[in-house]
Amino acid sequence: MAKIVAREEMAQGTIILNEIEAPRISRKAKPGQFVILQADEKGERIPLTMADTDPDKGTITIIYMVIGKSTSRFRDLKVGDEYFALIGPLGKPTHIEKTGKVVCVGGGTGIAVLHPITRALKAAGNDVTTILGARSYDLLIMEEKMRAASHQFHICTDDGSKGHHGFVTDVLKDVLEKEDISLVVAIGPIPMMKFCSMITKEKNVKTLVSLNPIMVDGTGMCGCCRVSIGDKTKFACVDGPEFDAHKVDFDELGKRLASYLEDEKISLEAYEQSKAK
Amino acid sequence: MAETKPKKIKVPRVKMPEQDPDVRRRNFDEVPLGLTPEMAMQEASRCLQCKKPSCMEGCPVSVKIPEFIKLIADGDFSGAAKKLWERNALPAVCGRVCPQESQCEGSCILGKKGEPVAIGYLEKFAADYERKNGSGELPVIPEKTGKKVAVIGSGPSGLTVAGDLLLKGHDVTIFEAFHKPGGVLVYGIPEFRLPKEIVAAEVANLEKMGADIQCNTVVGASVTIDELFEEGYDAVYIGVGAGLPRFMNLPGENLIGIYSANEYLTRTNLMKGYLFPEYDTPIARGKNVVVLGAGNVAMDAARTAMRLGADSVKVVYRRSREEMPARAEELHHAEEEKIEFVLLTNPVQFFGDENGRLTGMECLKMELGEPDASGRRRPIPIEGSEFTIDCDLVVVSVGSNANPLLTNSTPDIALTKWGNIVGDPVTGKTSKKGVWAGGDIVTGMATVILAMGAGRAAANSIHEYLTLGW
Repeated sequence: MAKIVAREEMAQGTIILNEIEAPRISRKAKPGQFVILQADEKGERIPLTMADTDPDKGTITIIYMVIGKSTSRFRDLKVGDEYFALIGPLGKPTHIEKTGKVVCVGGGTGIAVLHPITRALKAAGNDVTTILGARSYDLLIMEEKMRAASHQFHICTDDGSKGHHGFVTDVLKDVLEKEDISLVVAIGPIPMMKFCSMITKEKNVKTLVSLNPIMVDGTGMCGCCRVSIGDKTKFACVDGPEFDAHKVDFDELGKRLASYLEDEKISLEAYEQSKAK
Repeated sequence: MAETKPKKIKVPRVKMPEQDPDVRRRNFDEVPLGLTPEMAMQEASRCLQCKKPSCMEGCPVSVKIPEFIKLIADGDFSGAAKKLWERNALPAVCGRVCPQESQCEGSCILGKKGEPVAIGYLEKFAADYERKNGSGELPVIPEKTGKKVAVIGSGPSGLTVAGDLLLKGHDVTIFEAFHKPGGVLVYGIPEFRLPKEIVAAEVANLEKMGADIQCNTVVGASVTIDELFEEGYDAVYIGVGAGLPRFMNLPGENLIGIYSANEYLTRTNLMKGYLFPEYDTPIARGKNVVVLGAGNVAMDAARTAMRLGADSVKVVYRRSREEMPARAEELHHAEEEKIEFVLLTNPVQFFGDENGRLTGMECLKMELGEPDASGRRRPIPIEGSEFTIDCDLVVVSVGSNANPLLTNSTPDIALTKWGNIVGDPVTGKTSKKGVWAGGDIVTGMATVILAMGAGRAAANSIHEYLTLGW
């Protein structure tokens, strides 16, 4: 169980795709839901929103950026290796309905999370405009899949190596000026989601974001993933991971994600040293 | 009565040898060191062997207490362990974590004039002896009935249901959401109170008896109860525990450094954060720690914080010492380990720095007024009594609400207005045919042994259903 059946390196090896055997989860999972993975008995429990599922093959696909010890450990798993633990599908699925014209904005590995949602929004009969961003074109992932899931498609790069030279927010502003948009889904780094949300709030366009706080159990038991939504505290694992962007306290989320920065450094250094030996 | 002849009470109650408080407050090794065989036999000799043992009535699973104690007194420690097993699948656990003072020992006749028999110590002794020296011989499983039962949750009530049903010849699959079985016994209760190898050994015994344990399965998410019936299970027992930690809804509660007790203990115990970086999951090591709440879980959190290197650990509680809900032994151990109790005090808000990290909290002094609905005197804030406690770690330990993850996916199970499952108080039957529930998901937060008692009752009722019908 939880065997890796396919593996792909993306964005110059900084982002990894794993297709994993998980028959039960693949049959149940809906867009927007996540799983929790653990590489080995001593490992951390890491939440990752699914990028794809294949109920016929009985597999799910996850895509993650290699950042610290745990994701480095994931990176070092090869095809045929098994994750020590894999649970899901967790969290509430995205509410998919036909609302008219929708815009899907993605950045970094957020694009992977956005993929099944975009596909489902298109399948539900919406007119889908997708805006993807990356620092540089060679760091952009899932271009073709996202293009196939969209009607209109834009790429933005910080360095101008492809598409619009600048941020996704520039194109988003532009689209909101020209079109009557009923829904924006923005998934990516916290600053991206925060600024997309500020723009859509001005225009009063309903906006969803998918949040990625630190979790432990992922089933509502620990409260580690609490986020401030308006004047309420919510648990991203059971109340989310998607929330109304206009109510999210992004600054608090960003700070909480940095809770263990020092420990993460110690852990990664120890891992790299042990590998070097 | 003949049992109360004074000459029998001459031997004083045995004292459990313990790690020195100044040493143990900095390590995670078990606090009690255990009785020697001589001590156990002498203590066992204090038992009056009452004809109508009131101690057994005080036990939620009716362990044959005088009988196992007699076997210890006679030096047959293996026999004593087997006698325990007849009624209790987890004696090494219960010997450590049961509130004996309000159950078996609280009902002991000797306790009326002097000190009760140390039933808990003796239970721990016999179970530990058998684990270390025994033959590994397990109870005989009768002929299989061909019936299959799904047990959801591998905490104390689920394990009890599983053990009882296996002994009645049914097949049992236990579904556990975490990667290790044991529920609160592995994620909640710390190593120094209940070494995890003991839980693992008791779970391994159930597996040897035929229990199939499927970890990493979140029933309600990975599979629903109706699907379990479709897969061929004849009955389902829900023992998923309490679930959602309560917070206090105070300003600043999402600052970094404020944990629920569930998170703090899960990171430390299940994920072994105290062994970071050998294990990957980090846990904040606070210098000035405050624990909010005064139950057993709060004491576990406070004592854990001390072991993780705190300079000071304060338990802040809004009522007085008398109302603290933790067991007397836990309070005593905590105080021995230099944990301070700041009583008649309630938090008002938390303060943080520019990085969102906790730096302190404001509190209000309280006084006790008239008794409230719980029968305890209601704490009333004293106006103008605000003061500040500097702290870099707060553990909120004020209880749990019912987790809706499973019940949301099973709408035909009746719930209370708090979201707990309505279970028949005698049988544990729910409103859904073929489904039983017990433990904290029914009662709200309670003890290991009460959950086990609920499991015992449900197992009997499930057996009746499987042999006679609903």
